Amino acid sequence: MLENAYLIPIYPLLAFVIIIFATRWKEKLSSAISIAAILVAVIHSIFVMIAVIGRHGVPFELSVPFIEHPLISLETGIFIDPLTAVMLLVVTIVSGCVQIYSLGYMHGDPRWSRYFSYLSLFTFSMLGLVVANNFFMIFIFWELVGLTSYLLIGFWFEKDSASDAGKKAFITTRIGDLGFIIGILLLATYAGTLNYQEVFTKVADGAVPVGVLTMIGIFIFCGAVGKSAQFPLHVWLPDAMEGPTPVSALIHAATMVAAGVYLVARSMTLFVGSAEAAMTVAVIGLITSFMAASIALVQNDIKRVLAYSTVSQLGYMIMALGLYGFDVAKDPHSHSVGYFAGTFHLMTHAFFKALLFLGAGSVIHAVHTNDIQEMGGLSKKMKITSLTFFIASLSIAGIFPLSGFWSKDEIVAATLGHPVFMFFTLLIAFITAFYMFRLCFLTFTGKPRNQERFDHAHESPKTMTMPLMFLAFLSVFAGWVGMPWLSHGFSSFVYTGELQHHGPNYIVMLVSTIVAVSGIGLAYTVYFKKKISADVLMEKFKPLYTLLLNKYYFDEIYDKVIIKPLLAFTRMMWWSDANIIDGLVNFVGWFTIKWADAKMLFDKYIIDGAVNGAGTVCMAASWLFKYVQNGSVQFYTLVVITSAVGVIIYKVTPEGFVYYFIGVVVVALARFLMKMNRPEEGNVETEPEG
Amino acid sequence: MLQYLALAAILFAIGIFGVLTRRNAIGILMSLELMFNAVNINLVTFNKFIGPDNLVGQIFAIFVIVIAAAEAVVGLAIVLLLYRNWQGIDIGNINIMKW
Amino acid sequence: MDFPVLSYLIFIPLIGAVFLLFLPKDKFGLIRWTSAFFSFVPMVLSFWLTYDYFFNFSQTADFYYMEGPLSWISLLNANYFLGVDGISVPMLFLTGLLSFISIVASFNIAVRVKEYFIFFLLLETGMMGVFCALDFFLFYVFWEVMLVPMYFLIGIWGGPRKEYAAIKFFLYTLFGSIFMLVAILVLYFSSDPHTLNILELIQTAPGFLTHGLQLFCFVFFFIAFAIKVPVWPFHTWLPDAHVQAPTAVSVILAGVLLKMGTYGMLRISWPMLPEATRYFAIPIAILGLIGIIYGALVSMAQTDLKKLVAYSSVSHMGYCMLSLGAFSSVTAITGCMFQMVSHGLITGALFLLVGVLYDRAHTREIAAFGGLGAKLPIYTGLMVLFSMASLGLPGMSGFVSEFMVFIGAFGSGIPHFQLITALAVLGVVLTAGYMLRMVQRMLLGEFNKEKWGGLTEINTRELIIVSPLALLTIAIGFFPAPLSDLMEATITNLVQLMAR
Repeated sequence: MLENAYLIPIYPLLAFVIIIFATRWKEKLSSAISIAAILVAVIHSIFVMIAVIGRHGVPFELSVPFIEHPLISLETGIFIDPLTAVMLLVVTIVSGCVQIYSLGYMHGDPRWSRYFSYLSLFTFSMLGLVVANNFFMIFIFWELVGLTSYLLIGFWFEKDSASDAGKKAFITTRIGDLGFIIGILLLATYAGTLNYQEVFTKVADGAVPVGVLTMIGIFIFCGAVGKSAQFPLHVWLPDAMEGPTPVSALIHAATMVAAGVYLVARSMTLFVGSAEAAMTVAVIGLITSFMAASIALVQNDIKRVLAYSTVSQLGYMIMALGLYGFDVAKDPHSHSVGYFAGTFHLMTHAFFKALLFLGAGSVIHAVHTNDIQEMGGLSKKMKITSLTFFIASLSIAGIFPLSGFWSKDEIVAATLGHPVFMFFTLLIAFITAFYMFRLCFLTFTGKPRNQERFDHAHESPKTMTMPLMFLAFLSVFAGWVGMPWLSHGFSSFVYTGELQHHGPNYIVMLVSTIVAVSGIGLAYTVYFKKKISADVLMEKFKPLYTLLLNKYYFDEIYDKVIIKPLLAFTRMMWWSDANIIDGLVNFVGWFTIKWADAKMLFDKYIIDGAVNGAGTVCMAASWLFKYVQNGSVQFYTLVVITSAVGVIIYKVTPEGFVYYFIGVVVVALARFLMKMNRPEEGNVETEPEG
Repeated sequence: MLQYLALAAILFAIGIFGVLTRRNAIGILMSLELMFNAVNINLVTFNKFIGPDNLVGQIFAIFVIVIAAAEAVVGLAIVLLLYRNWQGIDIGNINIMKW
Repeated sequence: MDFPVLSYLIFIPLIGAVFLLFLPKDKFGLIRWTSAFFSFVPMVLSFWLTYDYFFNFSQTADFYYMEGPLSWISLLNANYFLGVDGISVPMLFLTGLLSFISIVASFNIAVRVKEYFIFFLLLETGMMGVFCALDFFLFYVFWEVMLVPMYFLIGIWGGPRKEYAAIKFFLYTLFGSIFMLVAILVLYFSSDPHTLNILELIQTAPGFLTHGLQLFCFVFFFIAFAIKVPVWPFHTWLPDAHVQAPTAVSVILAGVLLKMGTYGMLRISWPMLPEATRYFAIPIAILGLIGIIYGALVSMAQTDLKKLVAYSSVSHMGYCMLSLGAFSSVTAITGCMFQMVSHGLITGALFLLVGVLYDRAHTREIAAFGGLGAKLPIYTGLMVLFSMASLGLPGMSGFVSEFMVFIGAFGSGIPHFQLITALAVLGVVLTAGYMLRMVQRMLLGEFNKEKWGGLTEINTRELIIVSPLALLTIAIGFFPAPLSDLMEATITNLVQLMAR
């Protein structure tokens, strides 16, 4: 099954192609094909998992050349190690659940087939990203998931907010990809290859200078920052909630946004090689995590709360991975659990966050609003939804023995030795527990705050509740594979081969549980028992509240500092292009024309003047001489004879000729003047008659 | 010989005068005939006094007479046409050939 | 070669043009189909040529299908001399394909139909000739032959400011050609014995030219070619010409004519004047960088759809210039060729799509549209596809070419190229920015039913002419290896020539 693992992404791709070109008009068939493909992929992934376990961590690789060049050989291929296998399972399972759920959620949508084809395309890209064996290929799929994310966020593109959000998501993540490309270019230049294993071997051998390695690490991390919505590129993820809720669950909670984490985990060798890069990663992770958690405290849109929660949790994972890189870079024999914690949390988070989103989708489906202030008391009407939502919330809060507990516990353990990180990690855990239960209590308990919406609410159909229950099951039990007591559990599994088992750290467990419970307790007092009024708290911390409600004004700042100036700049460039550069061209043209005009004047009056002058002289002469040509035969004869006589006289006496000539001219002039005085006399110029 | 030549010259001068002053086209033609005849007299005279052995002068004179007859025919035909077209043969009116 | 395929390629359209002269000018159908036939044959020939070259000759860098040299003007030693290698074959392929597509795309031309197609076929002759010629005189002749029909095509069938655009295009290009002529003359008179044979000059020119003369010739050639590419700051004729030209002419302009500049550089100035190439590598790359960023920024400010696509050409050809600067890298030059081919396909298709919309709506203002996705799903799908291809989405040819350009330029080892390339990557984001803005403002959002309720979906003819472009774009995106193999030997050889 491992040899043809490349088929796993192909199944959904086939589904996409078939739906787009063949079955687009048959809606039921389209969704059936899509779901069938993903189920096959799930089964195949399970077999792959079994095979990978059987190989005891020896990675499997298969590749075919894409383009070969002396400078770089690009290839397409698959690389399957335990991390890949885990990701394959997570992606296919969540995708399967979401597609089944969508059958209910998207019921009656006019673009039903297209929706499922996009989901298939997304699943293909995501699976391709996971199985890729080199940085070139991961980048390809990296961009493709970006595309599908764009298409799906803007799925209801008639809404301006949706198409805006899609555009924002694509461009923001592309800014991160910018760094990713540069990182890849640096890798290609300094390592001479993009294949994971070759790159890692070279880096481990020290073939790449540390300074360059730091740059590579940071640049590649830029990609992760964009995709995983880390500070400062996190702004797109909350807006991405404009897409259909199942899409949010699949792409913007469980899988695509985790791709950044996956990338960091995958290229961990690079960060291990450079402590500075690793520290950057950890700090960014922490900042993101804290910032997003604090924003999530005050949001009232159910999906936005979850979105910020996602950002926060991703920050957690990134931070854990960064700390691992830092620790190992400082001390190769360090017993940091960060790598395990990050990837483990990636898996558990995928399940419970997908569950939370699908639960939220179920609620939205029932009440047709995202505003939690208009909900309340829904647990009476939506038993399954509320129950599964509570399970997921407990899981994310980190309550024993749900899966979130184990993974979050490991993240806290990863911060051992970094007190600042530890403090904030626990603080974030507290905040997380608080805002999740604020959400739960406001949505599901208490009195309905909007009676009309409450009356319309109803439990969702089976197609939606079944995935909820399945994911709830996973949210509870998926984490058990990583229990610290298991000597061959998740932790040793993801560390390829080398056994890195750590015993349980009971103090950490205890502290994190206390923190989580106190967070829940506070939420309970404020929102369930209402012992402390939320409004009073809000008034007390008014400036802070406003700041958080406006998400630290990131969007506004970006708009003012980057987007507006950029657009103004483009208009300026356009203006200068049209007026300065083109103006120069046109000026040259204009100048040439003017110069030509000047030359034309010269031509007209001087050169042509000479030519015309000749003509004019002729004209004048002919005006004079035309009177010779008077049409009178007798005059002609006279001239002939006079001339003949003149010739004879000249022959005989040249001197005499002068007198003769003068005489003739005088007589002629006299005649001529007489004629001038009565010009028309004797002329018959009428047309002949008869 | 002088007498012959003087006759020819006088005849020629009369012819020129006629051509230049007559306004009647037929008159002009007649004056032309006079000039032809003056030339003929010259030709014959020079033949007689300079080279009596050959008859080139006489032959030429006969030639001229023939030509003059032909010329008179053409000239009269033109005059006839002029008359038809202009209802008159006053040469002064026939100046449509001017510029 | 007993079958002179190159001559057929060049002269079949010409024969077609002459043949069209004898057809009655009001039988539009007959004229259209005749000209389609006369461009279809060269297309098939160019496909066959590509196929044959790929399987039989692409292993070596020599020229094939050589015809001549037949003495043409013996006084000047100018010969009729044709031949193709790995960099001209893809261009011929592109020319054949795009010419046929453009001719079919111009079936809706309704005024002065006969002249239009005659000019078009004449244009095709010129284009084919430029890509085949191996003699400077012949090259120059074809180079100029192209101009005249183009001038009339823009000037007669163009938009409101067609005269201005046509004159600007003509004069600008002619201005460049003069420089080329001077450079050719310098080469001709410096060589001993005087020759115009390009192959011979490539071998000998570095030997007999002094450093100063090399730089001189290089700059003069560069001006001629740069205007055609167009390289910033010689680009301003392009938006005018593109916007005013009829759809099919825009396609040819973007798809083939712009490639002549870069082709000329690769065929002539780069291998012939290697010393100067090395000397000017960084300025050229910087011009490329400016083109990329500048074109993208200006595109972003456009309100006219066609102008946006036109400026995106400036940006995309900037990648070619960047990679041409990295002369020492086979990957970069291959990337340049890829970019030429893929830009021809993608931008050609975008112009076709713009034309489709313009034919129906009679406006190209982006702001006038909105929400077309609801009414025209297939059109929207194609538009999004090509926008994505244009912004370099993986799985399409644009991505492969950009990636190879980046890798090649970055790893070329020439000083400062890493920085320049890193800055050029910024273009990727800017491209995404303006393309998505365009897609969003035109295709997504609220649909204005009263205004655009009557718009009809793209029809079968238009779909048929766009789909081969789409297929090729995706095919190259997924399987670039054949195209790369086709050119590899030639480009390796070129890089060696430049390293002299």
